[in-house]
Amino acid sequence: MIIKTERKVTIFTGNQAIAEAMRQINPDVAAVYPITPQTDIAERLSAFVADGLLNVVYVPVESEHSAMSACVGAAAAGARAVTATSSQGLVYMQEVLYIASGLRLPIVMANVNRALSAPINIHCDHSDSMGARDSGWIQLYSENAQEAYDNVLQAVRIAEHEDVRLPVMVNMDGFIVSHGSEVVELLDDKYVTEFVGEYQPAFSLLDVEHTVTIGPFDGLHGHFFEHKKAQIEAMDRARGVILDVGKEFASLTGRSYGLFEEYRLADAEVAVVVLNSAAGTCKIVVDELREQGLPVGLLKLRVFRPFPSAEMADALRNLKAIGVLDRSVSPGLGGPVFAELRSALFDVGARPKVVSFIYGLGGREFRPEHAREAFSSLLDINKTGLVNNLVSYLGIRRRQP
Amino acid sequence: MRGWKEDDYLPGATIPLGGTARWNKTGSWRALTLPYFDRRLCIDCLLCWVTCPDGCIVMKDDEIQGIDLDYCKGCGICASVCPRGAITMVNKNES
Repeated sequence: MIIKTERKVTIFTGNQAIAEAMRQINPDVAAVYPITPQTDIAERLSAFVADGLLNVVYVPVESEHSAMSACVGAAAAGARAVTATSSQGLVYMQEVLYIASGLRLPIVMANVNRALSAPINIHCDHSDSMGARDSGWIQLYSENAQEAYDNVLQAVRIAEHEDVRLPVMVNMDGFIVSHGSEVVELLDDKYVTEFVGEYQPAFSLLDVEHTVTIGPFDGLHGHFFEHKKAQIEAMDRARGVILDVGKEFASLTGRSYGLFEEYRLADAEVAVVVLNSAAGTCKIVVDELREQGLPVGLLKLRVFRPFPSAEMADALRNLKAIGVLDRSVSPGLGGPVFAELRSALFDVGARPKVVSFIYGLGGREFRPEHAREAFSSLLDINKTGLVNNLVSYLGIRRRQP
Repeated sequence: MRGWKEDDYLPGATIPLGGTARWNKTGSWRALTLPYFDRRLCIDCLLCWVTCPDGCIVMKDDEIQGIDLDYCKGCGICASVCPRGAITMVNKNES
C-alpha cells in the first residue's frame, strides 16, 4: 500500500485528538454547551477560535438541547456543523437528535461515553449513546485516541455522502481515552482539507434563488411513514459508504477501517464481541491465551448503527461460543449489543452459543482478569456445550450478607 | 420546482418552495371569539400589527385594512392593546 502522507506523531488525549480533528475539518459552525458534563473538547475549540487558528461561528449555547438545535439550524442553512457532548448532555439533546436525523442533516458530533445518574457518576459507561441508538444517528465507536481522531475525519465524509445525508456520532470512552494521553498520528491540514472536501448541502435556507421549506408540518394524513422509510434506506446504504470511506482513508494513512475489526478470529472457537477501549484489554488477553494454545479471538464493533447484522453473522458463524461485553444495560432486557447480536445470529445454521457479560458500569475498572474470566467461561461452554449463566457481571462486588 | 406534489419525496421532507406555511389555514383552529375591526376608530398606531403573533393584521399604504381570518386564532391580543377600541372581540356565532 502506498501511503500518501508523511508521518506526524504526537502525544494527545482523546479530547485533544477530537478537537484537533474538528479544527482541521474547519466547520462553519460549532455549537456546544461549555459546562459540565462537557469535556475539554469544547474548551479546546474555543481556544482555537481565540487564537485565530479556527475560523468558525462558535456558539456557546445555554444547554445541550440548544446545542443540537443550533446545529440543526446551521445545517439547514447549509453550514457544516459540529458539536460535542457527553453523558447527561446527550440525554438532554435527545429530542433534537431525532429532528437532526429526520431532516437528514449531516451533523458530526463527538460523544464521550459516560454514565447516566443516579447515583451521580461521571465515569466511563456506554448508557448515554446506547440510549440514543434509535435516534437515527450513525454511531461509530473508537478504541483509542487515534481511532477517535480518524473516526471524526471519516464521519464528515459518511454524513455528507449524497446516498446517506445522516448525522454521525463518534464515541470514545470517557476518561480512559478522553483524558488519557497516548501516541496519535496526525494528518497534515492540507490532506484533511482535501479528504473532507467542500460541503455541498442538498438544500440551504439561505439560498434565496431556490427557496425551500425545511421541517414542515406533515399534515394530519401526511407522509411521515414514507419519509421514515427513506431514512431507514439511507441508514442501510451507509454500510457501503462507511466501507468506501474507510478504504479511501486507508490509502491516505495506512490505517484501514471497516464495520468491525476481527482480531485472531479466523481460526478461533470462542470469541468476545466488544466496543471501545475494553477491546484493547481483551486483545492482550487473547494474545496471552493464544500463547497457551487456546482458540480464542475477538471482534471489535466499530459501527453500531447501522448494525452490521449480516456481516457479523458471517464473521462469527463458525464459532462455538461468543461472549458479548456490554458496558451498558437495558434493565429488564440485558446488554443491548448482546440482544442485537443474538438476533443477528438467529438465521445461522449451527448457531454458536451466545452469552452476555455486563462490565464496567459507572466506570468500574475492566482489567485483564475480567477478560480472562469471560474467556474461561466461554472455553467451558465450548468444552461442555452447556450454558450455566446466560448473563454474568464482570468485576461486580458481592453484596454483603 | 413548480408542480411539486406532496409525494415527490425529497430528503428530510423538504419542500422546494418557500412560504408554504400559507397553505395551512390555521384560522380554522379558532375557538369562540374573533376580532371585529372598525376602520373609523383606527389611528394606524400599529400596536396590533406589532403584537399579533400570527401576522394577521393586513396593511396597505401604511394603513390597516383589516384582519386576515384565514390565520387568526382569536387570541384577542390586538383588541387588548388597541388604545381606541377599534378592535373588539365578538362571538363567532353572532358575527
